[in-house]
Amino acid sequence: MWFTLDNLATAHDTHEGAAHSSTGLSNVKLGMWLFLGTECLLFGGLISTYMLYRGRVGTGPRPSQVFDIPFTSVSSFVLLMSSLTMVLAVSAAHKRDDRSTNLWLVITALLGTTFVGGQVYEFTAFYNEGMGFSTSLFSSSFFVLTGFHGVHVTVGIIMLLALRGMLKNNKVPGSRSETVEMIGLYWHFVDIVWIIIFTLIYLIPA
Amino acid sequence: MAIIERPVSLEVQPLIVVAPATPSSAMGAVKRPVVTKGWRQWVFTVDHKKLGLMYMATAMFFFLVGGIEAVLIRLQLALPDGKILNADLYNQMFTMHATTMVFLFVMPMAAGFANYFIPLQIGARDVAFPRINAFGFWALLFGGLFINLSWFLGGAADGGWFMYAPNSGPIFSPSHGVDFWTFGLQIAGIASLTGAINLIVTVLNMRAPGMKLMRMPIFTWMILVVQFLLAFAVPVITVALFLLSFQRNFGATFFDVAAGADPLLWQHLFWIFGHPEVYILILPSFGIISEVLPVFSRKPLFGYPFVVFSGAAIGFVGWGVWAHHMFASGLGPVSVAVFSISTMAIAVPTGVKIVNWTLTLWGGKLWFTTAMKFSIGLIVLFTIGGLSGVTHAVAPSDTQQTDTYYIVAHFHYVLFGGAVLGLFSGFYYWWPKMFGKMLNEKLGTWNFWFMVVGMNLTFGPMHILGLQGQPRRMYQWTENRAGEGFFNLGFWNLIASIGSLVLVVGVFLFLVNIYITARNGKVAPLDPWGARSLEWMTSNPPKEHNFDSIPTVHHLDEFFHRKYAEDANGQMQQVATAEQVLKQLEDNADAHIHMPSPSYWPIILAFGLPVTCLGLIYSIPLAIFGGLIILMGTFGWALEPSTAPDSDFDPPSSGDTSKDVVHVG
Amino acid sequence: MNTTSATDSHATEHGLSTIGYVRIALILAAITGLEVSTYYVDFGRLFLPALLIMMVIKFVMVVSYFMHLKFDNKVFSWLFYTGLFLAVGVYCAALATFKFFG
Repeated sequence: MWFTLDNLATAHDTHEGAAHSSTGLSNVKLGMWLFLGTECLLFGGLISTYMLYRGRVGTGPRPSQVFDIPFTSVSSFVLLMSSLTMVLAVSAAHKRDDRSTNLWLVITALLGTTFVGGQVYEFTAFYNEGMGFSTSLFSSSFFVLTGFHGVHVTVGIIMLLALRGMLKNNKVPGSRSETVEMIGLYWHFVDIVWIIIFTLIYLIPA
Repeated sequence: MAIIERPVSLEVQPLIVVAPATPSSAMGAVKRPVVTKGWRQWVFTVDHKKLGLMYMATAMFFFLVGGIEAVLIRLQLALPDGKILNADLYNQMFTMHATTMVFLFVMPMAAGFANYFIPLQIGARDVAFPRINAFGFWALLFGGLFINLSWFLGGAADGGWFMYAPNSGPIFSPSHGVDFWTFGLQIAGIASLTGAINLIVTVLNMRAPGMKLMRMPIFTWMILVVQFLLAFAVPVITVALFLLSFQRNFGATFFDVAAGADPLLWQHLFWIFGHPEVYILILPSFGIISEVLPVFSRKPLFGYPFVVFSGAAIGFVGWGVWAHHMFASGLGPVSVAVFSISTMAIAVPTGVKIVNWTLTLWGGKLWFTTAMKFSIGLIVLFTIGGLSGVTHAVAPSDTQQTDTYYIVAHFHYVLFGGAVLGLFSGFYYWWPKMFGKMLNEKLGTWNFWFMVVGMNLTFGPMHILGLQGQPRRMYQWTENRAGEGFFNLGFWNLIASIGSLVLVVGVFLFLVNIYITARNGKVAPLDPWGARSLEWMTSNPPKEHNFDSIPTVHHLDEFFHRKYAEDANGQMQQVATAEQVLKQLEDNADAHIHMPSPSYWPIILAFGLPVTCLGLIYSIPLAIFGGLIILMGTFGWALEPSTAPDSDFDPPSSGDTSKDVVHVG
Repeated sequence: MNTTSATDSHATEHGLSTIGYVRIALILAAITGLEVSTYYVDFGRLFLPALLIMMVIKFVMVVSYFMHLKFDNKVFSWLFYTGLFLAVGVYCAALATFKFFG
């Protein structure tokens, strides 16, 4: 890594003052990618906990008894498509097309809300089938993992809507397109975590 | 300090800071703070130097708290059938002693040094995210106070600093102590994580022109490694702490054997974090003494690249050794063998460092200042601790040592003999830089010897106690089971307790030294030690904006190379004084310097965290209120630009910001 | 702020066109369909490896194209993949000590 960075630093030397950073890269973007790197260790820990405990159901239902694969497949698909709409929002923001940016941001937030709504429905259904938070090690670790993911999606929705409001009122400090891009990175990360959860937790039986 | 808009001063003397900004518009809800005097200049500051000092003051406060806890522990064990603490209070005391020293003293103290000196060492005017920096400090302070709040609300955490199940569960720990501990560490963890991201981006992105990575001072390098460790280790403990909270507060059974859980899960998560944490504690001190030793040996650091790469190697291999804390837990022979070997391997890069330091001293013109004494003390005492550490790597011998005082002896040699002596070396070395006055060297020498003698008296006998089988965390011992002759537990326990009092005198002398220096200390010359790195290329204490013009770096040890050059015979000759070097920077001063502006939001956002956590323990409405504070803080933050707009300056800035530091935090 | 102008032009230079993004999304949707089909059709011994490979492909595609990592500076990849591989490494090792994999 340092070799890449040093080459950049040398390039920077030759035209001093052209860029404000040693690498020519944006602070926020470096910080965001690093943050996403650290989030891997957070979700990794939660997924490992689930993997360890998925078979320990006690007297409660087994995973295969409660999971509704067709339903979750649809909500997974919805989240996946929200990544497409998000990337279109970022693309529009780079082209300074405010109308499209706003539109795609709202659609992304709506798709995200659909996903979270589906999760609320799923949790309620599980609860009604006798799988509460503290029923078994399986249920606790399942709810903690998917709950954390759901909170991440919810935070993402709030950011998307707040961003839309700020864009509309011209209140975004700093670069508009970069702000959209950063929230986009976060949103995609939440999506890739779900790609893993969908396979490891739902599709592969305990 | 607020925004600086000033005519360029050509004198060496402190320049006059003129007319801070007047916020013309309310960004979001309220206008940004502008006061540059009194308490408000500290509470709303985003200046890395002020935040660094606040980190250090906070850490010093918790050092004293943790020290008092340690003394109470030693007084309890000084004589048979100790009566000073009861068993319950004793459990709380050692748990909080360790928690305080690790999370609230060594880590924040290192963070303080890092905050203060990283931007100076890389030739920057501030950090990459100044408001996040301020937030990190406040979160740490509130988190630390939150943990200690439990003393007054039914008792502190009492499960030991690694809080193994079942001791962490409600049956063995019914008070709210563990809840306060869990949430408080969570808050401190947020502080560490944000701080790590901030400092990594700062080091990668804010270096002065020409400051390539392999020209960075070793302290900056070691802090960079530490921040990577923090960034990736903190989320792991976050997971563990969340699981524990859900178990204690919401009925989950993650670590409850009766419910079929694997209590080893906690141990794994804790030590996957905990072992990198060990290097998080020691590497900053390694960095400090790697700055101090060359300066007082009048030689460059021996094998700079080896010191850098061994530091990075320690950081990397540090991820593959965690299970050596769990040899006694029945991991199975394969796991034990693997982790045993990787643990022995990590001694190699550490040994490389010790060799490099020793060879830096070799043939140098040694100048035994207090800072130098502390650094040499670190080399010797850390090596002793490192060697007893290697004996833990041997699994069969470790099985005997686990949970005895031998372990306590080991980690106090590496932590006190290593980390703490390094930090004290840093105090004496950088005090003139931070405060413009020299700490008293004579008193410093007494300070050093009392601490070194005290620490050896305290922790040396613990090797013997441990090998004799005195268990760690034992709250009383009885005369008739203390043994005979040389190995009499009573004798060595008494020596250790006397040693802890000697240590107290040592630390007290340091506080006296601070007081005396503040009252009538010698004013520091510009370059008191003949230093080598960039942080000395500015006034003492540094200006608000650190450097009048950002230096272009051509060498490792840039400051030294500006003062000295090779003559015809290949000898280094002084070509300029420090004053001349500084004058040159001042003559080329930048015309407009916009510093990041103070903000209300970091402290408001950080304050929301303990309120929320208090609510989670006692009443959900309070937690919701705390959540609203966090939400408000976030929005206020998001709507406020980190540097005030041009119209806010007085007189309004021309908008020509081509030379300004621009922040996007 | 100022630092971002460079990245702005950079991203539009190297990012995909709208059609390109839709195409990626269609591939992702197709793989998801294939994944779901494993629930209905018996893949035998291929079941586990096939699912894991499809998961990795989807992951890498979103990261590389939607998150622009493929077109961006290598430093970003370093930061992210360090965290990812560290996570995979330590957690797999920890699970291995629980005899999870066999």
